[in-house]
Amino acid sequence: MMPQFSYWDILRNLIYAGELTVMLSLIAFIGGGIVGMVLLLARVWRPQVFGSVFNIYVQLFQGTPLLMQLFLSYFGLRLFGIEVSVWVSAGLALTLYTSAFLAEIWRGCVASIPKGQWEAGASLALSFGEQMRYVVAPQAMRIAIPPTVGFLVQVIKGTALASVIGFAELTRAGNMIANVTYQPFTVFATVGLLYFCLCYPISLTARYLERKTNAVRR
Amino acid sequence: MPSAAEATAPHKRIVDINALRKSYGDNEVLKGIDLHVRPGEVVAIIGKSGSGKSTLLRCINGLEEFQDGGLVVDGKPLLYDNASAMRALRQSVGMIFQSFNLFPHLSVGRNIMLAPSLVKKRDKTAARVQAEALLERVGLEDKFDAMPEQLSGGQQQRVAIARALAMDPKVLLCDEITSALDPELVGEVLGVVEGLAKEGMTLLMVTHEMRFARKVSDRVVFMHQGRVHEMGPPAELFGNPQTAELRQFLSSLQE
Ligand SMILES: Nc1ncnc2c1ncn2[C@@H]1O[C@H](COP(=O)(O)OP(=O)(O)OP(=O)(O)O)[C@@H](O)[C@H]1O
Ligand SMILES: [Mg+2]
Repeated sequence: MMPQFSYWDILRNLIYAGELTVMLSLIAFIGGGIVGMVLLLARVWRPQVFGSVFNIYVQLFQGTPLLMQLFLSYFGLRLFGIEVSVWVSAGLALTLYTSAFLAEIWRGCVASIPKGQWEAGASLALSFGEQMRYVVAPQAMRIAIPPTVGFLVQVIKGTALASVIGFAELTRAGNMIANVTYQPFTVFATVGLLYFCLCYPISLTARYLERKTNAVRR
Repeated sequence: MPSAAEATAPHKRIVDINALRKSYGDNEVLKGIDLHVRPGEVVAIIGKSGSGKSTLLRCINGLEEFQDGGLVVDGKPLLYDNASAMRALRQSVGMIFQSFNLFPHLSVGRNIMLAPSLVKKRDKTAARVQAEALLERVGLEDKFDAMPEQLSGGQQQRVAIARALAMDPKVLLCDEITSALDPELVGEVLGVVEGLAKEGMTLLMVTHEMRFARKVSDRVVFMHQGRVHEMGPPAELFGNPQTAELRQFLSSLQE
């Protein structure tokens, strides 16, 4: 006899997988934020030295599919005999991917601050770090928050691709549950709803912040 | 008036520029500048657009890197790759910009307090007392908590002057500081600068306000094609220009 699955069973399992999606997204976002910030600071501090490295890095991760990056991180590490869990492979690939996008978003925001602000700071004998921290970053941050929050949505949806290397996040869990319950429509509708519940509030926040910063800057 | 010998004695120089050369790529913009400034001297720099006036000022506080020659301010040589030497030199040199460059996210008071707190480690109360005194000096004692965008251009520029003075500079560089202002606001800013000159501040100012240069400066430097083309007391330079280039420049201003 075939086991019977109630909708509650389906939902419970999907919510658990959704938690993994959230966790993976957080890893990507925090890890990517840190790496992206280091890249950005290096690039702004010494453009002649780090400029081209920065550009190549960004182009590499923006110019290739995330799917391929996940495969490379999964099989690549194994190729060098490094046995790692899917958490590490997926976390690594998503961190690097996120860092490239965030670094480029933030670089644009820093570049939009007039050169005169740096020069005024320098003339007052502030060091590079002080110019960045007290003069440029507070102004750049205001501009950076809406696109940064908006990109978080991309990252959450991007984690769905981690299913291809066997990470049992929301999409893969949905696939597996659909296979055993023979209720693909119900399952994937629920999966979609869960993604929506994660992403929509973030999109709303991004839009709200965008309006607010526009209001501040008029 | 000090004698010529006194004026050039090295220990009496606060700004000492020797054979300074600066290029952007292949374009040599400063072609060997020699300029020696005494403490308390007010030097006006005039010249056509593109003659290198701004570049010269920006070399003095290290905003531009030059390729050849030497520059010493208040006994501190300019060394680009030495961060602490750079910081020391920049504490002796204040700069005021055409476009004010106030920090828009900070109140007027915090604009003035920022650098002394960070660089001179001045404590909050001391920095605040000083900022209030400086605002009073530039006639803006009631604007401590205002944001820069709430001020007129003339007021912003006076805040910028107060901000530069908060670092107790020995030399103040002014690059066309009234060019972005509506005509009716020019006077209030020039009034502050004139006050500084009277109090003995060393000033190097690039200006198109010839009447002001004539009235306030001890010496006028005419730059032409990256060189100091002619130099002298304002009465001589304006009254009896020696070179054709300066005569042409001065007559172009009459129109
Ligand atoms: N960042 C730069 N890169 C390349 N060339 C520059 C740069 N800044 C200035 N120049 C060039 O250097 C020359 C001198 O410029 P500078 O700004 O010092 O002139 P100026 O005398 O201040 O002119 P103005 O009266 O218009 O302000 C000009 O030919 C200008 O084109
Ligand atoms: Mg200029």
